Amino acid sequence: MKKKMTTVTFKGTPEQEAQLIQVIGEYKNTKGALMPVLQKAQAIYGYLPLEVQKIVAEGMDVSLAEIYGVITFYSQFLLNPKGDVAIDVCMGTACYVRGAGDILDKISGSLGVKSGETSDDGRYSLEGVRCIGACGLAPVITINGSVYGRLKLGEVDKILDKYKEKNI
Amino acid sequence: MKINNLADLNALKEEANKRLEVKWKTKIVVGMATCGMAAGATPVMNALKEEIAAGKLENIEVSQVGCIGLCEYEPIIEVFEEGKENNRVTYVKMDAEKAKEVIKTHIAGGKIAEAYTIGAGGEDNISSIENTQFYKHQQRISLRNCGVIDPENIEDYIAGDGYFALAKVLNGMSREDVIKLLKDSGLRGRGGGGFPTGLKWEFAFKQDSDKKYVCCNADEGDPGAFMDRSILEGDPHSVVEAMAIAGYAVGSDEGYIYIRAEYPVAVKRLGIAIDQAKKMGLLGKDIMGSGFNFDLEIRLGAGAFVCGEETALITSIEGNRGEPRPRPPFPAVKGLFGKPTILNNVETYANIGQIILNGADWFSGLGTEKSKGTKVFALGGKITNTGLVEIPMGMTLRKVVGEIGGGIPNGKKFKAAQTGGPSGGCIPASLFDTPIDYDNLTAIGSMMGSGGLIVMDEDTCMVDIAKYFLDFTVDESCGKCGPCRIGTKRMYELLEKITSGNGEEEDLDKLEELGAHIKSASLCGLGQTAPNPVLSTMKYFRDEYISHVKDKKCAAGVCKSLLSYIILEDKCIGCTACKKVCPTEAISGERKEAHAIDQSKCIKCDACVQKCKFGAIIKR
Ligand SMILES: Cc1cc2nc3c(=O)[nH]c(=O)nc-3n(C[C@H](O)[C@H](O)[C@H](O)COP(=O)(O)O)c2cc1C
Ligand code: FES
Repeated sequence: MKKKMTTVTFKGTPEQEAQLIQVIGEYKNTKGALMPVLQKAQAIYGYLPLEVQKIVAEGMDVSLAEIYGVITFYSQFLLNPKGDVAIDVCMGTACYVRGAGDILDKISGSLGVKSGETSDDGRYSLEGVRCIGACGLAPVITINGSVYGRLKLGEVDKILDKYKEKNI
Repeated sequence: MKINNLADLNALKEEANKRLEVKWKTKIVVGMATCGMAAGATPVMNALKEEIAAGKLENIEVSQVGCIGLCEYEPIIEVFEEGKENNRVTYVKMDAEKAKEVIKTHIAGGKIAEAYTIGAGGEDNISSIENTQFYKHQQRISLRNCGVIDPENIEDYIAGDGYFALAKVLNGMSREDVIKLLKDSGLRGRGGGGFPTGLKWEFAFKQDSDKKYVCCNADEGDPGAFMDRSILEGDPHSVVEAMAIAGYAVGSDEGYIYIRAEYPVAVKRLGIAIDQAKKMGLLGKDIMGSGFNFDLEIRLGAGAFVCGEETALITSIEGNRGEPRPRPPFPAVKGLFGKPTILNNVETYANIGQIILNGADWFSGLGTEKSKGTKVFALGGKITNTGLVEIPMGMTLRKVVGEIGGGIPNGKKFKAAQTGGPSGGCIPASLFDTPIDYDNLTAIGSMMGSGGLIVMDEDTCMVDIAKYFLDFTVDESCGKCGPCRIGTKRMYELLEKITSGNGEEEDLDKLEELGAHIKSASLCGLGQTAPNPVLSTMKYFRDEYISHVKDKKCAAGVCKSLLSYIILEDKCIGCTACKKVCPTEAISGERKEAHAIDQSKCIKCDACVQKCKFGAIIKR
């Protein structure tokens, strides 16, 4: 998967940085710690912009190039922040043969957000993702972690409506 | 409580069983695996508890269990009552209101709430899952505790002989004994390759090294397979126990479980299981007073399919890009951090405790000549009973799909079954009577894989499915070797050309030739098997490829570029709804008269089909 560098300005706080440095400290003596550290860093910041990569590089004494290489290898590491409403459409085989492609197109059309992108206001992000293991309920989408299964095209807009309010 | 020896373990088992027996007067279980929760099991659980409290009902235990297996009918609850004729009743498609009614009618009123049972409305009026076609033909070994015990309670596991296999091994079996037993059992790896597990352990055992590792592959990359998730969510201790046994057998004191981050519930329950085992002294130093030490750590994947391949997985645990390495040296010789390492799949481990307790002969008595025991399959796609089933090796596809799976929904015709995920192939109806085992599936151009079994009907286009899998491998190819990185991309482009209506007959030959080269020249299993979905569909569904190429037609109605949108005159009432929504003004016609679509203007956006309330617009 191609990954683009972000254009969003970095808004990390000193508290977040302190948290990250603590995590790095905890993993100092663990073998093969880079992955868990990056996973925790992403949990803290929501994504892994260059600024965060630099902190990890310095703290763990690994080159920035190596860190960038690892981040771009794994699809779960994000160079861009997700939307406030993050929609993942499962594109696993079971979901695909039950019409996941049409669901993805439909959501994309309704929100005006392309797959793999975030809306300009940062509100919605949409992604086709790998099997989430709820294949028995195919087709499946998740919105901010909540799973909606056995989805029909006609139900999509109703579900999206739930997330219209700004406080979610 | 700390378990210091076999006597302690026995005492705990007895105590746990006593406690469970009391519970068993009436026990209600709620399936709370990912699928159950996604379907709404949590409000059901809450409603049950509320209603029991409101009715001041006593001696009733409500507990969570893992996946019961029948995803299609989630949320599922089951009521077990001691000493009654119908002592197990399965209620399906529950919601909070229905759950409250079950409590009122069944628990308080003593009558089965017939409207909600699994067989409701059916001729034979079955009330328990045990009597359904779905369940009857199964033989549950690795899933034996899933849907039965509370996965977050180690005592439930111990009550059913949990950790007794570890105790047996540590009390009187030599390492050679354990390995011989496994070899005799005939157990083969359930992660796809089917390598004999005992042999793998023996290789690692024979290595002379100061340090060895035991790893578990819980990356479950095959889209459409979810048996490993179910086992970890429903019975995590079975994997923990088996890894400790593996540690003892090969001489390792440290293990890693590499699990997909997409499985948060499984990660959580596995973490709880490891903590509980550590507290009881079933992991850690001097396990049950034997002097044997073993510790476990969880590592999360980050979404890369290739990390399911053993050498890539090891590279990933080491903290690098998960690229595979050439073999040999095999991991059993030089694996994690350069040390001898064994890696087994979740389902493989889930069988091991039972083999130790019941013996090699018991296990090798099941299955076919070369594939012993059972295999779990995830039934998905166009099949009535989606879910997880565990069947003895050697059962025919016809029985699995037709009887256990309940056939194809909506009166559609079966077209193919896909096994082995992106490495596997599509099996046509003509091979339906093939007994399922490792070697048979490979012989017909597919493979066992991890056990995803996706059923496809007449509405599935085989060329499109082949393209779908190629898209997946192009995306997931790690890029290290040329044949896979470049070859799969070229194959994908050819399929894109065919499905968009620009295919030529020679493209089919090119696909076959490229496929053969990629298979023979790629570095790891990903590339070596990537052409399978294309080659197998070309072999069994060649006419579909030809009609895409020659007639520019997609009979299944999937490949958009090859379709025309047509308005059926006899169904169209002339409401003008489609005309209004068409963005290119391709639709003409007067009010109350049949409309028509100008094919030269139509961009196939599907807007009219979605708008039409009368089913008058079809794709052909
Ligand atoms: C591309 C690729 C992906 C794989 N994915 C998985 C997987 O998700 N889970 C798994 O257990 N094995 C997977 N395997 C097989 C492993 O390499 C390995 O053979 C297996 O984990 C060994 O365990 P077993 O002998 O118990 O089956 C994969 C292999 C390849 C080539
Ligand atoms: S294929 Fe969608 S959840 Fe598995």
